[in-house]
Amino acid sequence: MMKLDSNIPSGPLASKWERHKFDLKLVNPANKRKFEIIVVGSGLAGASAAATLAELGYKVSCFCYQDSPRRAHSIAAQGGINAAKNYQNDGDSVHRLFYDTIKGGDFRAREANVHRLAEVSRNIIDQCVAQGVPFAREYSGYLANRSFGGAQVSRTFYARGQTGQQLLLGAYQALSRQISLGNVRMFPRTELQDLVLVDGHAKGVVMRNLVNGEISSHAGDAVILATGGYSPVFYLSTNAVGCNVTAAWRAHKRGAAFANPCYTQIHPTCIPVSGDHQSKLTLMSESLRNDGRVWVPGKKDDSRRPGEVPESERDYFLERKYPSFGNLAPRDIASRAAKEVCDDGRGVGPGGLGVFLDFADSINRLGEGAVRERYGNLFDMYQRITGENAYTQPMRIFPAPHYTMGGLWVDYNLMSSIPGLFVLGEANFSDHGANRLGASALMQGLADGYFVIPYTIGHYFASHSQKRPSVSHDAFKGVEAEVHAKIEKLLSVKGKRTTRSMHWELGRLVWEKCGMARHKEGLEEAIQRIPELREAFWNEVSVPGGANELNVSLEQASRVADFMEFGELLCRDALKREESCGGHFRTEHQTEDGEALRNDRDFSHVSAWEYQGKDSPPKMHKESLHYEEVKMTQRSYK
Amino acid sequence: MNLTLKVWRQRDAQDEGHFVTYPAHDISEDMSFLEMLDVVNEGLITKGEEPIAFDSDCREGICGTCSLVINGRAHGGQRATTACQLHMRHFSDGQTITIEPWRARPFPVVRDLIVDRGAFDRVIQSGGYISASTGGTPDANTLPVGKPTADMAMDAAQCIGCGACVAACKNASAMLFVAAKVSHLGMLPQGAVEKDARVLSMVRAMDEEGFGNCTVTGACEAVCPKEIGLDFISRLNRDYLSAVAKSTC
Repeated sequence: MMKLDSNIPSGPLASKWERHKFDLKLVNPANKRKFEIIVVGSGLAGASAAATLAELGYKVSCFCYQDSPRRAHSIAAQGGINAAKNYQNDGDSVHRLFYDTIKGGDFRAREANVHRLAEVSRNIIDQCVAQGVPFAREYSGYLANRSFGGAQVSRTFYARGQTGQQLLLGAYQALSRQISLGNVRMFPRTELQDLVLVDGHAKGVVMRNLVNGEISSHAGDAVILATGGYSPVFYLSTNAVGCNVTAAWRAHKRGAAFANPCYTQIHPTCIPVSGDHQSKLTLMSESLRNDGRVWVPGKKDDSRRPGEVPESERDYFLERKYPSFGNLAPRDIASRAAKEVCDDGRGVGPGGLGVFLDFADSINRLGEGAVRERYGNLFDMYQRITGENAYTQPMRIFPAPHYTMGGLWVDYNLMSSIPGLFVLGEANFSDHGANRLGASALMQGLADGYFVIPYTIGHYFASHSQKRPSVSHDAFKGVEAEVHAKIEKLLSVKGKRTTRSMHWELGRLVWEKCGMARHKEGLEEAIQRIPELREAFWNEVSVPGGANELNVSLEQASRVADFMEFGELLCRDALKREESCGGHFRTEHQTEDGEALRNDRDFSHVSAWEYQGKDSPPKMHKESLHYEEVKMTQRSYK
Repeated sequence: MNLTLKVWRQRDAQDEGHFVTYPAHDISEDMSFLEMLDVVNEGLITKGEEPIAFDSDCREGICGTCSLVINGRAHGGQRATTACQLHMRHFSDGQTITIEPWRARPFPVVRDLIVDRGAFDRVIQSGGYISASTGGTPDANTLPVGKPTADMAMDAAQCIGCGACVAACKNASAMLFVAAKVSHLGMLPQGAVEKDARVLSMVRAMDEEGFGNCTVTGACEAVCPKEIGLDFISRLNRDYLSAVAKSTC
């Protein structure tokens, strides 16, 4: 029977973390080198954790599927990173960042975790500057800030439109230093196949070497998953094509609870789909909404060019519906508003699935040079993809899956429901509730890796006596045999369909039934159809090549097989949550003017799902959310 | 449009490798170059043949994974564009396109169009960092950095580590890659402390990996998707000479 204890420290909210750090047991410096930690993933959370734990003296093995840890998808984050520095003297504070994050998450996140995040946000900026991250600066030489996605203070630090890249390279360089010192063993081009438990504790992993197909076991005293989110369940998303749910899903099947999978973020400003060939969607940083105005024609099926539509016949729908936040309304709200006008037949571009993001006013006010200085690289990227010049005509944008707030359940120490398995960054569920604010993902990934796990993992080591097993332990042999069997099974189907076409079909179904708007009938249909699709996958997929070589088809098929299972859980969670909150919008639950209608009485809880085997539906557990500090209100950006 | 592809196929580092010709039918001009390859691979898989192996991940020009020499040019020759961001509207119906991996001894072919760029990671591990452990750092605004310096550091820091500079160089020199990191860190006050040791160590690692010498031809700069300039190579030479002078006196 699964028992979920969030381990939230007692005492006043603002001093919980300080106090908890004192209460956590320590590992003697001379003993740290006796502990081996396995880190899967090398993005912001994984690289920062691996580097920091190695600095402390632990022995670390770090794995990534990419050819270098520097390529993890954190690198693609554009806009920035929040921190409650209040350098702008504009009213920011730890408490305000905490409150904004709780409210932005539609009151579905844990207070204590979010407060800690806001506290350590300040240390992150100090750390990154010390590493040489070239943040934007004022002429004074001090750090520059901008306001970003739904915030009314300027607390976002940025490095042009490449903040994720610069933060990741900072963490990668710190990791590289530890590799050179012999404290971290780095395994690029390796992918997790399964988690190994010994006496109920996570004590190792089985990995596949993606170059030669070798399956190998690795034992550790603890395992950290920092393997990102699951947006590619929709097939098309802004994630890298290799991003996958495999590590989280395999851990789930070994006993880790999966929390709030239905909280998915659909980002409002992506380049619209151009055809069925498309392999991914590209984000245009939300910072563009600081200077761009979102509009569609007031009339349906208006085929005029944007410049020919007079001002009086344009509908600046975000400014109209949300006068106080306007174009800066949070992501879930802006996305849904764009969907509404497109559903109303007023969308622009091919298929009517797009809205304009217009810079004409800003160019008139600031000059093209100033706009180029702020967003030049984004305008260039837009032109490369669409062939259109956004200085002379409005961009076309449309919402796309971007980030997943749900993830493996973790307690305050970031430990999952499997003792010894810790989950960091996007892969866990802990800090963003039902909707993440812009520039908060980078903050959370680095908070977890630099400033939380180094404290909490020692407590686990000091409190448990389970020894690291040898890889010759029967538990490893058993899991290895299962891994080999699964690979053989994939290779032996020898069907006629490609993995990609089946992933596309799954993604289309999940997007239609469990995307920006969801309802009971649609979700029930998806829950019925996904198992059919899964069965078809295992009967019809074609995976050429062998197991003992570089085999991209096999890698893809193995990941998609997990999405075929995970997609069902996503829909089940969305069905069970009979309310609308943040990124989860149930059409049955909306206010008269179409806003999300939360049900705090029945749904102020985390839904944590327990795997019950292949033939039984998963079981849901509830972790109640208690708000000591904030008063739950209806989120309004009007 | 319909195209003819001449693609380099090579089973592993030991295999000699050869070109294979494939037709690419019904290609839309809105496809990226890699999506065009996806379409060709879908056809191969459906026929039970092994698809063309190539590296890619973010497909938005920032992770540095994709690495194709297209018609003799690293990343295909569009200014400031990686192969994943190159779109088919730059090609014409009936064209023959040659696709090869990065060709440089320090980047051995893993399979088909995939190469091993581990040498770049090892060069960074030799000193491409600031030795600041987590914690104990002063407030971020303690040390002001002039905007022009911060901007120039960012120009260098933008390097995505794709290796196009090496692929384009007749000597397979990694000078632009190394120069970008040495400049980014050395220019900032936080990185100045280890400046001399860093440049000596990174240049040594670069040589040990077998990258060739720089003749300042500028082929690297021309193909760099982040437009990192040759100026940084001049800066590297200056920093290196200065460090050598200091270490010998």
